[in-house]
Amino acid sequence: MGQLQNFTKGFVKDNPVFVLLLGLCPALGVTTSAFNGLGMGLATTFVLVSSNIVVSLIKNFIPSKVRIPSYIVVIASFVTITELVMEAFIPALFESLGLFIPLIVVNCLVMGRAEAFASKNNTFSSIIDGLGMGLGFAFALTMLGGLREVLGTGEIFGLSLYAGDGMLVFVLAPGAFIGLGYLVALNNIVKKKLY
Amino acid sequence: MEYIIIIIGAVFVNNIVLAQFLGICPYLGVSARVSTSIGMSGAVMFVMTLATLVTFLIYNYILTPFEITYLQTISYILVVASLVQMVEIILKKVSPALYQALGIFLPLIVTNCAILGVTILAVREDYGFHLLEAVVFSIGHALGFALTIILFAGIREHLDLVDVPKGMRGAPAALVVAGILALAFMGFANLV
Repeated sequence: MGQLQNFTKGFVKDNPVFVLLLGLCPALGVTTSAFNGLGMGLATTFVLVSSNIVVSLIKNFIPSKVRIPSYIVVIASFVTITELVMEAFIPALFESLGLFIPLIVVNCLVMGRAEAFASKNNTFSSIIDGLGMGLGFAFALTMLGGLREVLGTGEIFGLSLYAGDGMLVFVLAPGAFIGLGYLVALNNIVKKKLY
Repeated sequence: MEYIIIIIGAVFVNNIVLAQFLGICPYLGVSARVSTSIGMSGAVMFVMTLATLVTFLIYNYILTPFEITYLQTISYILVVASLVQMVEIILKKVSPALYQALGIFLPLIVTNCAILGVTILAVREDYGFHLLEAVVFSIGHALGFALTIILFAGIREHLDLVDVPKGMRGAPAALVVAGILALAFMGFANLV
């Protein structure tokens, strides 16, 4: 597989949210606006790329019996770094993402890529894989956040699109599930056309 | 009385799956059959209560006095992971029947964000829980998880028999059903 394909697979073909259904908790929990979705996606991308780098570097030194706990410690360290940096520099986003930042640790996507890809491939491919998957995740979250923001409040990234209040239900919990349901269906159709 | 309010609040008002979006992976993953979802809820309840008990003590008696609360995420995930491992070993020896029943669900729980989420929520300062309240809080959330996943599994068993449009088959239909369920649970808002 070429590096380009390695990079682009995360967007439609193996999109972590729409196809693999991984990391759904943050995908549903923080996407009340496109900006929140993008912020969460980029924070996850950072953790994913960094942990992929470290895991691919240490893969030969870790006995396979204790690999899962070791990966968890690596991931948890990068999540703590992200948490502290976000709290210091972008406190507003930190507040609105709240509980879901520490919960990047248990995002199955990060653990899944460490186990399935970084522990078997070299560092360069692992970086590309982490970037592709992370940006695919960010793409999915921004799409869902944008959909909910447009339908729910009539705005996108804070810019007003139409007058009126929009359908409040899309900002609330049910809208997250229903919106994601239709986006997954849309992705199924697009994927069938492309591949 | 206050314990009852905590439980009702956790089960209905701030339902862990439908209002707080925690534990979605097992919610969608193991809800195809009612029997497996009952097994999963049992395992979650067991580990969530134990984990909250242990992490609450760690937070208040180790992390806070030494002012190292920024280690919360790392220490909690290690507690949850080792607790799951320990529970698995003990259950295997003490109660093979229960081990058989929970069996495959126990290892899955490590990456269940509901567990880590509830343990972090239970020590939040604005709640100001003491130990017993924190444990009741976690039991309430586990009950809420059990209620929603069993309800959802019941609906999904019937969903298999319905003629759904091609693109919506499988996950999309399940997500829309979960959305309608969340809509129903919104009726409980402001109950407490």
